[in-house]
Amino acid sequence: MKFQKFKQYSVIPGFGLTLGFTVAYLSLLVLIPLSMLFIKASALTWPEFFEIFSSPRTLAAFRLSLGASLTAAALNAVFGLLVAWVLVRYEFPGKKIVDALVDLPFALPTAVAGICLTAIYSQNGIIGKYLYAWGIQSAYSPLGITIALTFIGLPFVVRTVEPVLQDLEKELEEAAYSLGANSWQTFRKVIFPVIVPSLLTGSAMAFARALGEYGSVVFIAGNRPLKTEIVPLLIMTKLEQYEYAGATAIAAVTLVISFILLFGINFLHAWTHRHQTI
Amino acid sequence: MTNPTTSTAKLCTTRLTEPAWVRRVFIVIALAFLAFFLLLPVLTVLLSGLNKGFGFYFKVMAEKDAWAAIKLTLLAAAISVPLNVLFGLASAWAITKFDFWGKKALLTLIDLPFTVSPVISGLIFILLFGAQGAFGPWLREHDLKIIFAVPGIVLATLFVTFPFVARELIPLMQAQGTEEENAAVVLGANGWQTFFKVTLPNIKWGLLYGVILCNARAMGEFGAVSVVSGHIRGLTNTIPLHVEILYNEYQFTAAFAVASLLMLLALATLAVKSWVERQAKIAGSVEFAPKGH
Repeated sequence: MKFQKFKQYSVIPGFGLTLGFTVAYLSLLVLIPLSMLFIKASALTWPEFFEIFSSPRTLAAFRLSLGASLTAAALNAVFGLLVAWVLVRYEFPGKKIVDALVDLPFALPTAVAGICLTAIYSQNGIIGKYLYAWGIQSAYSPLGITIALTFIGLPFVVRTVEPVLQDLEKELEEAAYSLGANSWQTFRKVIFPVIVPSLLTGSAMAFARALGEYGSVVFIAGNRPLKTEIVPLLIMTKLEQYEYAGATAIAAVTLVISFILLFGINFLHAWTHRHQTI
Repeated sequence: MTNPTTSTAKLCTTRLTEPAWVRRVFIVIALAFLAFFLLLPVLTVLLSGLNKGFGFYFKVMAEKDAWAAIKLTLLAAAISVPLNVLFGLASAWAITKFDFWGKKALLTLIDLPFTVSPVISGLIFILLFGAQGAFGPWLREHDLKIIFAVPGIVLATLFVTFPFVARELIPLMQAQGTEEENAAVVLGANGWQTFFKVTLPNIKWGLLYGVILCNARAMGEFGAVSVVSGHIRGLTNTIPLHVEILYNEYQFTAAFAVASLLMLLALATLAVKSWVERQAKIAGSVEFAPKGH
Protein backbone atom coordinates (compact mmCIF):
# COMPACT_ATOMS: atom_id res chain seq x y z
CA MET A 1 0.00 0.00 0.00
CA LYS A 2 1.30 3.38 -0.94
CA PHE A 3 -0.69 5.56 1.43
CA GLN A 4 -1.15 4.96 5.08
CA LYS A 5 -4.85 5.35 5.69
CA PHE A 6 -5.92 8.29 7.87
CA LYS A 7 -8.04 6.01 10.00
CA GLN A 8 -7.96 2.27 10.62
CA TYR A 9 -11.22 0.44 9.99
CA SER A 10 -13.49 -0.10 12.99
CA VAL A 11 -17.06 -1.35 13.44
CA ILE A 12 -17.72 1.19 16.18
CA PRO A 13 -19.72 4.16 14.86
CA GLY A 14 -19.40 7.84 15.68
CA PHE A 15 -15.87 8.62 14.52
CA GLY A 16 -16.81 11.52 12.28
CA LEU A 17 -19.19 13.07 14.77
CA THR A 18 -16.93 12.88 17.82
CA LEU A 19 -13.68 13.80 16.09
CA GLY A 20 -15.40 16.60 14.21
CA PHE A 21 -16.83 18.05 17.40
CA THR A 22 -13.51 17.62 19.22
CA VAL A 23 -11.50 19.41 16.57
CA ALA A 24 -14.07 22.18 16.09
CA TYR A 25 -14.44 22.86 19.82
CA LEU A 26 -10.67 22.71 20.37
CA SER A 27 -10.02 25.12 17.51
CA LEU A 28 -12.68 27.63 18.49
CA LEU A 29 -11.95 27.71 22.18
CA VAL A 30 -8.22 27.05 22.42
CA LEU A 31 -6.27 27.12 19.17
CA ILE A 32 -7.68 30.26 17.55
CA PRO A 33 -7.54 32.36 20.76
CA LEU A 34 -3.99 31.17 21.53
CA SER A 35 -2.79 31.82 17.99
CA MET A 36 -4.14 35.38 18.33
CA LEU A 37 -1.42 35.96 20.91
CA PHE A 38 1.32 34.99 18.49
CA ILE A 39 -0.26 36.92 15.61
CA LYS A 40 -0.35 40.06 17.74
CA ALA A 41 3.14 39.45 19.08
CA SER A 42 4.56 38.96 15.59
CA ALA A 43 3.20 42.37 14.59
CA LEU A 44 5.85 43.88 16.85
CA THR A 45 9.16 44.88 15.29
CA TRP A 46 12.44 43.58 16.68
CA PRO A 47 13.46 46.95 18.19
CA GLU A 48 10.09 47.16 19.96
CA PHE A 49 10.49 43.63 21.21
CA PHE A 50 14.02 44.36 22.37
CA GLU A 51 12.90 47.51 24.15
CA ILE A 52 10.26 45.64 26.13
CA PHE A 53 12.67 42.91 27.15
CA SER A 54 15.62 45.12 27.97
CA SER A 55 13.64 47.24 30.40
CA PRO A 56 14.83 46.67 33.97
CA ARG A 57 11.25 46.10 35.11
CA THR A 58 10.66 43.20 32.70
CA LEU A 59 14.03 41.66 33.49
CA ALA A 60 13.45 41.95 37.23
CA ALA A 61 10.02 40.32 36.90
CA PHE A 62 11.44 37.38 34.93
CA ARG A 63 14.35 36.98 37.35
CA LEU A 64 11.97 36.98 40.33
CA SER A 65 9.43 34.63 38.72
CA LEU A 66 12.07 32.12 37.64
CA GLY A 67 13.98 32.29 40.93
CA ALA A 68 10.94 31.98 43.21
CA SER A 69 9.40 29.22 41.08
CA LEU A 70 12.66 27.28 41.09
CA THR A 71 13.05 27.62 44.87
CA ALA A 72 9.44 26.54 45.40
CA ALA A 73 9.89 23.56 43.07
CA ALA A 74 13.04 22.51 44.93
CA LEU A 75 11.28 22.80 48.31
CA ASN A 76 8.40 20.75 46.92
CA ALA A 77 10.80 18.12 45.60
CA VAL A 78 12.24 17.58 49.10
CA PHE A 79 9.05 17.80 51.15
CA GLY A 80 6.87 16.24 48.46
CA LEU A 81 9.11 13.18 48.39
CA LEU A 82 9.00 12.98 52.18
CA VAL A 83 5.20 13.28 52.26
CA ALA A 84 4.79 10.66 49.52
CA TRP A 85 7.23 8.37 51.34
CA VAL A 86 5.36 8.68 54.64
CA LEU A 87 1.95 8.22 52.97
CA VAL A 88 2.98 5.11 51.03
CA ARG A 89 5.20 3.29 53.50
CA TYR A 90 4.00 4.11 57.01
CA GLU A 91 0.77 3.77 58.92
CA PHE A 92 -0.44 6.45 61.29
CA PRO A 93 -3.79 7.67 62.62
CA GLY A 94 -5.62 10.10 60.34
CA LYS A 95 -3.68 9.00 57.27
CA LYS A 96 -6.75 9.00 55.02
CA ILE A 97 -7.63 12.58 55.90
CA VAL A 98 -4.04 13.71 55.41
CA ASP A 99 -3.99 11.95 52.05
CA ALA A 100 -7.16 13.72 50.92
CA LEU A 101 -5.93 17.08 52.22
CA VAL A 102 -2.79 16.93 50.07
CA ASP A 103 -4.93 17.87 47.07
CA LEU A 104 -6.23 21.02 48.75
CA PRO A 105 -4.07 23.37 46.63
CA PHE A 106 -5.69 21.83 43.51
CA ALA A 107 -9.20 22.29 44.84
CA LEU A 108 -8.88 25.61 46.64
CA PRO A 109 -9.52 28.74 44.56
CA THR A 110 -6.24 30.62 44.28
CA ALA A 111 -7.68 33.88 45.58
CA VAL A 112 -8.64 32.18 48.84
CA ALA A 113 -5.17 30.67 49.13
CA GLY A 114 -3.74 34.13 48.50
CA ILE A 115 -5.65 35.98 51.19
CA CYS A 116 -5.20 33.32 53.85
CA LEU A 117 -1.46 32.91 53.26
CA THR A 118 -1.16 36.69 53.49
CA ALA A 119 -3.12 36.68 56.74
CA ILE A 120 -0.88 33.96 58.17
CA TYR A 121 2.50 35.39 57.12
CA SER A 122 1.92 39.15 57.42
CA GLN A 123 3.24 41.11 60.39
CA ASN A 124 0.24 40.37 62.61
CA GLY A 125 -0.27 36.87 61.30
CA ILE A 126 -0.10 33.73 63.35
CA ILE A 127 3.30 32.73 61.91
CA GLY A 128 4.29 36.12 60.55
CA LYS A 129 4.51 37.72 63.97
CA TYR A 130 7.27 35.32 65.02
CA LEU A 131 9.13 35.63 61.74
CA TYR A 132 8.92 39.41 61.79
CA ALA A 133 10.19 39.39 65.40
CA TRP A 134 13.31 37.65 64.09
CA GLY A 135 13.60 40.23 61.34
CA ILE A 136 12.33 37.94 58.58
CA GLN A 137 9.88 39.71 56.31
CA SER A 138 7.61 36.84 55.35
CA ALA A 139 4.95 38.79 53.43
CA TYR A 140 5.26 41.38 50.66
CA SER A 141 8.72 39.98 49.85
CA PRO A 142 10.30 37.34 47.58
CA LEU A 143 10.03 34.97 50.57
CA GLY A 144 6.25 35.50 50.65
CA ILE A 145 6.04 34.79 46.92
CA THR A 146 8.04 31.59 47.41
CA ILE A 147 5.71 30.50 50.23
CA ALA A 148 2.65 30.95 48.01
CA LEU A 149 4.28 29.11 45.11
CA THR A 150 5.29 26.24 47.41
CA PHE A 151 1.68 25.93 48.55
CA ILE A 152 0.39 25.87 44.96
CA GLY A 153 2.92 23.24 43.79
CA LEU A 154 2.69 20.93 46.79
CA PRO A 155 0.46 18.17 45.34
CA PHE A 156 2.40 17.76 42.08
CA VAL A 157 5.46 16.00 43.51
CA VAL A 158 3.45 13.96 46.03
CA ARG A 159 1.00 12.71 43.43
CA THR A 160 3.62 11.83 40.79
CA VAL A 161 6.04 10.10 43.17
CA GLU A 162 3.34 8.19 45.11
CA PRO A 163 2.38 5.63 42.41
CA VAL A 164 6.05 4.91 41.64
CA LEU A 165 6.80 4.29 45.33
CA GLN A 166 3.75 2.05 45.50
CA ASP A 167 4.88 -0.03 42.54
CA LEU A 168 8.41 -0.38 43.86
CA GLU A 169 9.43 -4.00 43.82
CA LYS A 170 9.98 -5.32 47.31
CA GLU A 171 12.40 -7.90 45.90
CA LEU A 172 14.89 -5.22 44.92
CA GLU A 173 15.02 -3.91 48.46
CA GLU A 174 15.18 -7.41 49.88
CA ALA A 175 18.07 -8.23 47.60
CA ALA A 176 19.91 -5.08 48.67
CA TYR A 177 19.39 -5.90 52.36
CA SER A 178 20.39 -9.51 52.00
CA LEU A 179 23.56 -8.40 50.24
CA GLY A 180 24.37 -6.36 53.33
CA ALA A 181 23.26 -2.83 52.44
CA ASN A 182 21.85 -0.68 55.22
CA SER A 183 18.67 1.43 54.91
CA TRP A 184 20.45 4.53 53.67
CA GLN A 185 22.48 2.64 51.07
CA THR A 186 19.35 0.83 49.89
CA PHE A 187 17.54 4.13 49.54
CA ARG A 188 20.37 5.89 47.74
CA LYS A 189 21.40 3.13 45.37
CA VAL A 190 18.20 1.12 44.85
CA ILE A 191 15.11 3.18 45.55
CA PHE A 192 16.22 6.68 44.63
CA PRO A 193 17.30 5.90 41.03
CA VAL A 194 13.85 4.42 40.36
CA ILE A 195 11.94 7.45 41.64
CA VAL A 196 14.19 10.13 40.11
CA PRO A 197 12.22 10.45 36.84
CA SER A 198 8.90 10.89 38.67
CA LEU A 199 10.50 13.29 41.14
CA LEU A 200 11.78 15.39 38.24
CA THR A 201 8.41 15.23 36.46
CA GLY A 202 6.57 16.37 39.58
CA SER A 203 9.02 19.18 40.24
CA ALA A 204 8.86 20.34 36.63
CA MET A 205 5.05 20.41 36.83
CA ALA A 206 5.22 22.40 40.05
CA PHE A 207 7.71 24.77 38.42
CA ALA A 208 5.54 25.26 35.33
CA ARG A 209 2.49 25.92 37.46
CA ALA A 210 4.42 28.38 39.65
CA LEU A 211 5.65 30.39 36.67
CA GLY A 212 2.12 31.21 35.56
CA GLU A 213 0.51 31.44 38.99
CA TYR A 214 -1.36 34.65 39.70
CA GLY A 215 -4.16 34.46 42.27
CA SER A 216 -2.32 33.06 45.25
CA VAL A 217 0.72 35.30 44.74
CA VAL A 218 -0.84 38.65 44.03
CA PHE A 219 -2.01 39.24 47.61
CA ILE A 220 1.17 38.20 49.41
CA ALA A 221 3.61 39.69 46.89
CA GLY A 222 3.15 43.37 47.61
CA ASN A 223 3.56 43.99 43.88
CA ARG A 224 6.27 46.64 43.92
CA PRO A 225 7.89 47.04 40.47
CA LEU A 226 11.50 45.82 40.33
CA LYS A 227 11.18 44.21 43.78
CA THR A 228 8.17 41.94 44.17
CA GLU A 229 6.45 42.02 40.78
CA ILE A 230 6.12 38.61 39.13
CA VAL A 231 5.63 38.10 35.38
CA PRO A 232 1.86 37.36 35.39
CA LEU A 233 1.34 40.49 37.46
CA LEU A 234 3.44 42.55 35.06
CA ILE A 235 1.22 41.33 32.20
CA MET A 236 -1.85 42.31 34.23
CA THR A 237 -0.46 45.77 35.02
CA LYS A 238 0.39 46.42 31.38
CA LEU A 239 -3.13 45.36 30.39
CA GLU A 240 -4.68 47.71 32.89
CA GLN A 241 -2.58 50.55 31.47
CA TYR A 242 -3.69 49.58 27.93
CA GLU A 243 -0.10 48.69 26.94
CA TYR A 244 -1.32 45.81 24.82
CA ALA A 245 1.93 45.45 22.87
CA GLY A 246 4.00 45.00 26.01
CA ALA A 247 1.50 42.62 27.60
CA THR A 248 1.32 40.55 24.42
CA ALA A 249 5.08 40.32 23.97
CA ILE A 250 5.71 39.25 27.57
CA ALA A 251 2.79 36.80 27.43
CA ALA A 252 4.10 35.26 24.21
CA VAL A 253 7.54 34.67 25.71
CA THR A 254 6.02 33.22 28.89
CA LEU A 255 3.85 30.93 26.79
CA VAL A 256 6.86 29.69 24.82
CA ILE A 257 8.63 28.89 28.10
CA SER A 258 5.51 26.98 29.24
CA PHE A 259 5.42 25.01 25.98
CA ILE A 260 9.07 24.05 26.36
CA LEU A 261 8.33 22.89 29.90
CA LEU A 262 5.30 20.91 28.70
CA PHE A 263 7.50 19.25 26.11
CA GLY A 264 10.09 18.43 28.77
CA ILE A 265 7.43 17.06 31.13
CA ASN A 266 6.03 14.81 28.39
CA PHE A 267 9.54 13.57 27.71
CA LEU A 268 10.15 12.90 31.42
CA HIS A 269 6.80 11.16 31.64
CA ALA A 270 7.77 8.80 28.82
CA TRP A 271 11.06 8.19 30.60
CA THR A 272 9.27 7.36 33.87
CA HIS A 273 7.12 4.81 32.16
CA ARG A 274 10.01 3.23 30.34
CA HIS A 275 11.72 2.70 33.69
CA GLN A 276 8.57 1.26 35.19
CA THR A 277 8.20 -1.41 32.56
CA ILE A 278 11.79 -2.64 32.86
CA MET B 1 0.34 -22.87 65.94
CA THR B 2 2.28 -20.40 63.84
CA ASN B 3 2.76 -20.84 60.19
CA PRO B 4 6.49 -20.67 59.41
CA THR B 5 6.00 -18.85 56.09
CA THR B 6 3.97 -16.01 57.62
CA SER B 7 6.44 -15.53 60.42
CA THR B 8 9.35 -15.25 58.00
CA ALA B 9 7.27 -12.85 55.92
CA LYS B 10 6.65 -10.79 59.02
CA LEU B 11 10.35 -10.83 59.83
CA CYS B 12 11.14 -9.61 56.34
CA THR B 13 8.71 -6.70 56.43
CA THR B 14 9.93 -5.50 59.83
CA ARG B 15 13.49 -5.76 58.60
CA LEU B 16 12.54 -3.88 55.46
CA THR B 17 11.09 -0.76 57.01
CA GLU B 18 13.38 1.84 58.46
CA PRO B 19 14.20 1.89 62.21
CA ALA B 20 11.31 3.06 64.38
CA TRP B 21 12.90 6.40 65.28
CA VAL B 22 13.51 7.22 61.60
CA ARG B 23 9.90 6.43 60.81
CA ARG B 24 8.69 8.62 63.64
CA VAL B 25 10.93 11.54 62.64
CA PHE B 26 9.78 11.30 59.00
CA ILE B 27 6.11 11.22 59.97
CA VAL B 28 6.52 14.19 62.32
CA ILE B 29 8.37 16.31 59.75
CA ALA B 30 5.88 15.46 56.99
CA LEU B 31 2.87 16.16 59.16
CA ALA B 32 4.38 19.41 60.48
CA PHE B 33 5.01 20.58 56.92
CA LEU B 34 1.43 19.72 55.90
CA ALA B 35 0.01 21.31 59.03
CA PHE B 36 1.78 24.58 58.26
CA PHE B 37 0.92 24.62 54.58
CA LEU B 38 -2.52 23.00 54.47
CA LEU B 39 -4.25 22.80 57.83
CA LEU B 40 -3.37 26.30 58.97
CA PRO B 41 -4.85 27.97 55.86
CA VAL B 42 -8.08 25.96 56.21
CA LEU B 43 -8.48 26.97 59.86
CA THR B 44 -7.51 30.58 59.15
CA VAL B 45 -10.21 31.03 56.52
CA LEU B 46 -12.95 29.38 58.53
CA LEU B 47 -12.10 31.12 61.83
CA SER B 48 -11.40 34.56 60.35
CA GLY B 49 -14.71 34.39 58.51
CA LEU B 50 -16.54 33.87 61.78
CA ASN B 51 -14.53 36.58 63.57
CA LYS B 52 -17.54 38.79 64.11
CA GLY B 53 -20.03 36.01 64.78
CA PHE B 54 -22.66 34.22 62.76
CA GLY B 55 -24.91 37.26 62.49
CA PHE B 56 -22.26 39.20 60.59
CA TYR B 57 -21.42 36.12 58.54
CA PHE B 58 -24.96 35.76 57.23
CA LYS B 59 -25.30 39.51 56.72
CA VAL B 60 -22.28 39.43 54.39
CA MET B 61 -23.77 36.53 52.47
CA ALA B 62 -27.15 38.21 52.12
CA GLU B 63 -25.67 41.38 50.64
CA LYS B 64 -26.86 42.20 47.15
CA ASP B 65 -23.37 42.14 45.58
CA ALA B 66 -22.42 38.88 47.27
CA TRP B 67 -25.63 37.31 46.03
CA ALA B 68 -25.02 38.55 42.49
CA ALA B 69 -21.50 37.11 42.62
CA ILE B 70 -22.80 33.74 43.78
CA LYS B 71 -25.37 33.70 40.98
CA LEU B 72 -22.80 34.60 38.32
CA THR B 73 -20.40 31.91 39.57
CA LEU B 74 -23.16 29.30 39.44
CA LEU B 75 -24.12 30.45 35.93
CA ALA B 76 -20.52 30.24 34.66
CA ALA B 77 -20.14 26.75 36.11
CA ALA B 78 -23.57 25.67 34.82
CA ILE B 79 -22.53 26.58 31.26
CA SER B 80 -18.91 25.48 31.24
CA VAL B 81 -19.15 22.15 33.07
CA PRO B 82 -21.76 20.54 30.74
CA LEU B 83 -20.00 21.83 27.61
CA ASN B 84 -16.67 20.47 28.77
CA VAL B 85 -18.30 17.17 29.73
CA LEU B 86 -19.66 16.93 26.20
CA PHE B 87 -16.21 17.73 24.82
CA GLY B 88 -14.57 15.26 27.21
CA LEU B 89 -16.88 12.45 26.12
CA ALA B 90 -16.56 13.22 22.42
CA SER B 91 -12.79 13.54 22.46
CA ALA B 92 -12.32 10.44 24.60
CA TRP B 93 -14.59 8.44 22.26
CA ALA B 94 -12.72 9.60 19.17
CA ILE B 95 -9.27 9.10 20.67
CA THR B 96 -9.75 5.80 22.49
CA LYS B 97 -12.15 3.91 20.21
CA PHE B 98 -10.37 4.61 16.93
CA ASP B 99 -6.89 4.61 15.48
CA PHE B 100 -6.12 7.61 13.36
CA TRP B 101 -3.28 9.74 12.23
CA GLY B 102 -2.30 12.67 14.50
CA LYS B 103 -3.68 11.24 17.73
CA LYS B 104 -0.61 12.11 19.82
CA ALA B 105 -0.66 15.71 18.60
CA LEU B 106 -4.35 15.99 19.43
CA LEU B 107 -3.66 14.73 22.96
CA THR B 108 -0.98 17.35 23.48
CA LEU B 109 -3.25 20.10 22.19
CA ILE B 110 -6.02 19.09 24.59
CA ASP B 111 -3.54 19.52 27.46
CA LEU B 112 -2.55 23.03 26.40
CA PRO B 113 -4.86 25.07 28.66
CA PHE B 114 -3.24 23.43 31.72
CA THR B 115 0.10 24.99 30.83
CA VAL B 116 -1.20 28.46 30.03
CA SER B 117 -0.98 31.01 32.83
CA PRO B 118 -4.44 32.17 34.00
CA VAL B 119 -3.56 35.75 33.13
CA ILE B 120 -2.69 34.74 29.56
CA SER B 121 -5.93 32.72 29.35
CA GLY B 122 -7.80 35.97 29.94
CA LEU B 123 -5.52 38.04 27.74
CA ILE B 124 -6.14 35.97 24.61
CA PHE B 125 -9.88 36.71 24.80
CA ILE B 126 -9.16 40.41 25.17
CA LEU B 127 -7.00 40.20 22.03
CA LEU B 128 -9.94 38.58 20.23
CA PHE B 129 -12.97 40.44 21.55
CA GLY B 130 -11.63 43.53 23.35
CA ALA B 131 -12.10 47.08 22.03
CA GLN B 132 -8.77 46.86 20.16
CA GLY B 133 -9.18 43.16 19.45
CA ALA B 134 -9.67 41.34 16.18
CA PHE B 135 -13.47 41.30 16.49
CA GLY B 136 -13.68 44.49 18.57
CA PRO B 137 -15.00 46.84 15.88
CA TRP B 138 -17.49 44.26 14.58
CA LEU B 139 -18.85 43.65 18.10
CA ARG B 140 -19.20 47.38 18.70
CA GLU B 141 -21.11 47.81 15.44
CA HIS B 142 -23.55 45.12 16.45
CA ASP B 143 -23.76 46.43 19.99
CA LEU B 144 -22.48 43.20 21.51
CA LYS B 145 -20.28 43.04 24.57
CA ILE B 146 -18.10 40.08 25.45
CA ILE B 147 -15.18 41.54 27.39
CA PHE B 148 -16.10 43.17 30.71
CA ALA B 149 -19.40 41.29 30.49
CA VAL B 150 -20.82 37.87 31.33
CA PRO B 151 -19.91 36.14 28.01
CA GLY B 152 -16.22 36.94 28.59
CA ILE B 153 -16.35 35.37 32.02
CA VAL B 154 -17.99 32.25 30.61
CA LEU B 155 -15.39 32.03 27.82
CA ALA B 156 -12.46 32.38 30.23
CA THR B 157 -13.98 29.76 32.53
CA LEU B 158 -14.55 27.41 29.59
CA PHE B 159 -10.92 27.81 28.55
CA VAL B 160 -9.35 27.09 31.94
CA THR B 161 -11.60 24.10 32.65
CA PHE B 162 -11.32 22.75 29.10
CA PRO B 163 -9.11 19.64 29.66
CA PHE B 164 -10.42 18.38 33.02
CA VAL B 165 -13.02 15.82 31.91
CA ALA B 166 -11.11 14.72 28.83
CA ARG B 167 -7.93 14.11 30.83
CA GLU B 168 -9.78 11.82 33.25
CA LEU B 169 -11.68 9.89 30.59
CA ILE B 170 -8.97 9.32 27.98
CA PRO B 171 -6.55 7.19 30.08
CA LEU B 172 -9.48 5.33 31.62
CA MET B 173 -11.14 4.47 28.29
CA GLN B 174 -7.75 3.66 26.79
CA ALA B 175 -7.20 1.08 29.53
CA GLN B 176 -10.66 -0.42 28.99
CA GLY B 177 -10.06 -1.03 25.29
CA THR B 178 -12.74 -1.55 22.64
CA GLU B 179 -13.76 -5.20 23.02
CA GLU B 180 -17.05 -4.50 24.80
CA GLU B 181 -18.10 -1.83 22.29
CA ASN B 182 -17.13 -4.08 19.39
CA ALA B 183 -19.24 -6.88 20.84
CA ALA B 184 -22.21 -4.57 21.35
CA VAL B 185 -22.07 -3.27 17.77
CA VAL B 186 -21.65 -6.75 16.31
CA LEU B 187 -24.69 -7.88 18.30
CA GLY B 188 -26.71 -5.14 16.65
CA ALA B 189 -26.61 -2.16 19.00
CA ASN B 190 -26.42 1.26 17.41
CA GLY B 191 -23.92 3.93 18.46
CA TRP B 192 -26.07 5.60 21.12
CA GLN B 193 -27.14 2.27 22.63
CA THR B 194 -23.50 1.19 22.77
CA PHE B 195 -22.52 4.43 24.47
CA PHE B 196 -25.34 4.55 27.04
CA LYS B 197 -25.53 0.84 27.87
CA VAL B 198 -21.91 -0.28 27.55
CA THR B 199 -19.47 2.61 27.74
CA LEU B 200 -21.18 4.95 30.20
CA PRO B 201 -21.57 2.39 33.02
CA ASN B 202 -17.88 1.58 32.66
CA ILE B 203 -16.69 5.17 32.91
CA LYS B 204 -19.19 6.63 35.37
CA TRP B 205 -16.72 7.04 38.26
CA GLY B 206 -14.05 8.57 36.08
CA LEU B 207 -16.62 10.90 34.57
CA LEU B 208 -17.89 11.97 37.98
CA TYR B 209 -14.31 12.55 39.10
CA GLY B 210 -13.66 14.78 36.11
CA VAL B 211 -16.90 16.69 36.66
CA ILE B 212 -16.02 17.40 40.31
CA LEU B 213 -12.56 18.75 39.46
CA CYS B 214 -13.91 20.72 36.50
CA ASN B 215 -16.61 22.27 38.67
CA ALA B 216 -14.19 23.21 41.46
CA ARG B 217 -11.96 25.02 39.00
CA ALA B 218 -14.92 26.65 37.21
CA MET B 219 -16.24 28.11 40.46
CA GLY B 220 -12.86 29.07 41.81
CA GLU B 221 -11.03 30.51 38.80
CA PHE B 222 -9.54 33.88 39.60
CA GLY B 223 -6.77 35.04 37.26
CA ALA B 224 -8.39 34.48 33.87
CA VAL B 225 -11.77 35.75 34.99
CA SER B 226 -10.17 38.75 36.64
CA VAL B 227 -8.61 39.86 33.34
CA VAL B 228 -11.89 39.79 31.37
CA SER B 229 -14.31 40.81 34.09
CA GLY B 230 -13.76 44.54 34.48
CA HIS B 231 -14.83 44.15 38.13
CA ILE B 232 -18.25 45.74 37.82
CA ARG B 233 -19.93 45.18 41.16
CA GLY B 234 -23.17 43.30 41.01
CA LEU B 235 -22.70 42.60 37.29
CA THR B 236 -19.41 40.91 36.40
CA ASN B 237 -18.09 39.78 39.77
CA THR B 238 -17.74 36.10 40.55
CA ILE B 239 -17.26 34.87 44.12
CA PRO B 240 -13.43 34.91 43.96
CA LEU B 241 -13.48 38.44 42.52
CA HIS B 242 -15.90 39.54 45.22
CA VAL B 243 -13.45 38.19 47.81
CA GLU B 244 -10.68 40.26 46.23
CA ILE B 245 -12.75 43.45 46.26
CA LEU B 246 -13.73 43.03 49.91
CA TYR B 247 -10.12 42.28 50.84
CA ASN B 248 -8.77 45.30 48.99
CA GLU B 249 -11.35 47.46 50.78
CA TYR B 250 -9.92 46.22 54.11
CA GLN B 251 -13.19 44.43 54.93
CA PHE B 252 -11.16 41.43 56.05
CA THR B 253 -13.82 39.59 58.03
CA ALA B 254 -16.30 39.93 55.17
CA ALA B 255 -13.66 38.78 52.66
CA PHE B 256 -12.89 35.70 54.74
CA ALA B 257 -16.59 35.02 55.25
CA VAL B 258 -17.16 34.89 51.49
CA ALA B 259 -13.87 32.99 51.06
CA SER B 260 -15.11 30.40 53.55
CA LEU B 261 -17.83 29.50 51.03
CA LEU B 262 -15.10 28.63 48.52
CA MET B 263 -13.13 26.82 51.21
CA LEU B 264 -16.19 24.69 51.98
CA LEU B 265 -16.56 24.01 48.26
CA ALA B 266 -12.91 22.89 48.14
CA LEU B 267 -13.29 20.63 51.19
CA ALA B 268 -16.50 19.14 49.77
CA THR B 269 -14.67 18.58 46.48
CA LEU B 270 -11.89 16.71 48.29
CA ALA B 271 -14.39 14.63 50.26
CA VAL B 272 -16.41 13.61 47.19
CA LYS B 273 -13.18 13.01 45.29
CA SER B 274 -11.81 10.52 47.81
CA TRP B 275 -15.25 8.89 48.03
CA VAL B 276 -15.27 8.44 44.24
CA GLU B 277 -11.72 7.06 44.37
CA ARG B 278 -12.84 4.47 46.90
CA GLN B 279 -15.96 3.55 44.89
CA ALA B 280 -13.83 3.16 41.78
CA LYS B 281 -11.41 0.95 43.66
CA ILE B 282 -14.30 -1.21 44.82
CA ALA B 283 -15.61 -1.37 41.27
CA GLY B 284 -12.09 -2.49 40.50
CA SER B 285 -11.74 -0.87 37.14
CA VAL B 286 -10.19 2.50 37.64
CA GLU B 287 -6.71 3.57 38.44
CA PHE B 288 -6.64 7.31 38.94
CA ALA B 289 -3.51 9.03 37.83
CA PRO B 290 -2.67 12.42 39.28
CA LYS B 291 -3.16 15.32 36.98
CA GLY B 292 -1.49 18.66 36.75
CA HIS B 293 -4.04 21.40 36.88
